[in-house]
Amino acid sequence: MADLDTFRSETRAWLEANCPEEMRQPVRDEEDVYWGGRRATFKNEAQKSWFEACVAKGYTVPAWPKDYGGAGLDAGEAKVLREEMSRINARPPLSSFGIWMLGPALLHFGTEEQKKHYLTQIARGEIRWCQGYSEPGSGSDLVSLQTYGEDQGDHWVVNGQKVWTSYADQADWIFCLVRTDKTNKYQGITFMLFDMETPGVSTKPILLISGNSPFCETFFDDVKVPKDQFVGEVNRGWDVAKYLLGHEREMISGAGGGDRTAAIGAAMLRHAGELDPMLRAELAMFDVDALAYSAMGEKFLDEIKVGKAHPAQPNTMKYAGTELNKRRHELMMSAGGSRSLEWDSEETGGGKPSRGWLRTKANSIEGGTSEVMLNVISKRILDLPGS
Amino acid sequence: MPLYHDEDQAMLADSASQFMAEEGSINKQLRHWRDRDCKDGFGHELWKQFGEMGFTGILVAEDDGGLGMGHVEAGIVLEEIGRNLTPSPFLTSSVLAATALGQASDDLRGRYLPGLVSGDSVFAVAIDEGAKHRPERIKTRAEKSGNGFRLSGKKDFVIHGASADMIVVAARTSGADDDADGITLFAVPKDVAGLSQVAVRLVDSSMATHLTLDGVDLDGDAVIGEVDGGREILNRMLNAGRIGAAAEGAGVARGAMDMTIDYLKQRKQFGKLIGEFQALQHRAAHLYSEVEIARAVVIKAQQLLDADAPSAELMVSVAKAKVSKVAGLAVREGVQMHGGIGMTDEYDIGLYMKRDRALQEFLGDAYYHAERVAQISGY
Repeated sequence: MADLDTFRSETRAWLEANCPEEMRQPVRDEEDVYWGGRRATFKNEAQKSWFEACVAKGYTVPAWPKDYGGAGLDAGEAKVLREEMSRINARPPLSSFGIWMLGPALLHFGTEEQKKHYLTQIARGEIRWCQGYSEPGSGSDLVSLQTYGEDQGDHWVVNGQKVWTSYADQADWIFCLVRTDKTNKYQGITFMLFDMETPGVSTKPILLISGNSPFCETFFDDVKVPKDQFVGEVNRGWDVAKYLLGHEREMISGAGGGDRTAAIGAAMLRHAGELDPMLRAELAMFDVDALAYSAMGEKFLDEIKVGKAHPAQPNTMKYAGTELNKRRHELMMSAGGSRSLEWDSEETGGGKPSRGWLRTKANSIEGGTSEVMLNVISKRILDLPGS
Repeated sequence: MPLYHDEDQAMLADSASQFMAEEGSINKQLRHWRDRDCKDGFGHELWKQFGEMGFTGILVAEDDGGLGMGHVEAGIVLEEIGRNLTPSPFLTSSVLAATALGQASDDLRGRYLPGLVSGDSVFAVAIDEGAKHRPERIKTRAEKSGNGFRLSGKKDFVIHGASADMIVVAARTSGADDDADGITLFAVPKDVAGLSQVAVRLVDSSMATHLTLDGVDLDGDAVIGEVDGGREILNRMLNAGRIGAAAEGAGVARGAMDMTIDYLKQRKQFGKLIGEFQALQHRAAHLYSEVEIARAVVIKAQQLLDADAPSAELMVSVAKAKVSKVAGLAVREGVQMHGGIGMTDEYDIGLYMKRDRALQEFLGDAYYHAERVAQISGY
């Protein structure tokens, strides 16, 4: 405990010295988020210096080993860092699917060489990754995916199409599920890694109901992928994918929780000036659910640390968290009234309320729909028959 | 503090779980006493066993012969009570009255706590006036009279009132009905002149009374805490009782859910186990998710209360509201998924529905506590 206290005061001093004032403001728009990658530019000097200080300290990925660009913090230290960053509202220095998704997969399934190479690149924000999972014919039933890699000795030739590839048009590399054995559904998929600049890769942004295009269609037309660019084992990519989906669900469920934004009633009153009695009542019921859910988030994290959480519990978190977030935005739209309908006015920051509201509708679709989450809970937690 | 039970608490949970499943089971207690038209609605023998197990004194200070534990520990016992629908005066005596007595004089503590710890005494609390929980308004009067006070007024929903050896009564010693100040708590012995009670059996077979104080004379030493300073103790009692009721409600929800999920794995229709139907699977999975959330907020609020944290009051109301909603869902889904036999008295699922309804109302329902969440949050 005394060690953690020391670590806390050191961390506090380090943050004081290295986190610029501008990086302690809430994230307002996409430009405030630094994603790294070959084509990345910094919005301003503060973003750059904060990012560089964190890279040097290993704080873009604090819990990863030092050998791979992390700071090697244990669970207790990582929690202290999170708390101290949250205390001063410090923004994440680097956002990245490499950190959230590929990294955990490599830490678990990667070779030493892969870890040294890819993890270090991720930690330094050198490569921006995207995820190639879903296909036009394979959404909830992901394992039916058809993108095929034909064995050509020292490389595969990949043909097919992915969809909902987040920021594929801005990504440098992709981690991608590719069928390598058409005769085996579950054990015929390989988890490949390849450069988006490889000839034959093309992307096309998808315009969403929010008016934004965070996702792409990604096409593979005779893409050559060297045979050493896979994670885990050939034909055993589904194991990696399942492991990663767990992480993704935890991450998405986080969007519905968090103490800071859990309850919204008071903020809605300030925002709207007055609340209709029935809306106020709905807000109160929402706040009850949101505050209770944040307690579950805290309990879940505590239990994960000591291995007490049910392995399928991220599905519960994801289900409840995303449904809650959709409800939150419905109430925010109602409290905002006609102002919140404005699509591109300056007063609404370019239609933030309405675009944000529409964006949340994807929460319970991406990373496994609510219905799939309920299937998983039925089968793996409740042990219901034949599901 | 992590949001799970530590080693000692896990041991307590094991022994409470085993004890309640064996000694406090539905057939041995709830149905037994109900079918005999018991005037207490619970068994005194079981209450003595609670004493032997040490449960009765969980919230009583060690100096007073108790275990000096907290709301997490009391909640462990209550969750098992909820799962087994075990009727007992634990919530009224060992949680509510014990919390009030913890703030009382040496004399009152010495008079009442030994009997509570041993499981010989039963206590009740008289707070509500009217059919809804509204402790902000207290009309019952206690006028100065000689060396003591003369109490007049009416109280409702006094659980175990007719079985109680002593009733903690919240009365007004000054100010107007809606004032926060001017409340005084009294320890009123059962046989005092001017106290009358009309016993009523409730939907869950528990016993309550409508209580009338018609010029009840009490000595000054019956005052718990300070004259006119009872609101703070009352709030402590309410917090303890509400999180206790929430813990019991979480147990009711779990009990009803477990029973229902077992049933889905046994009952066949259309040549299939009904648990194979996705329409039921999704409802069961949704219920599970809600029950997990309810259990999490209960332990969160218990820990905050034990740490005397400023946010405890908010989270207690969040917990009481959330559990009321979730346990309600659990018992409704339970009866529906059981189909016809869910409507029969022979099957236990209906007993869960009845208990939940009474617990929801006790110390404020979901509407009351959601309103409180809004007020505490500033809207």
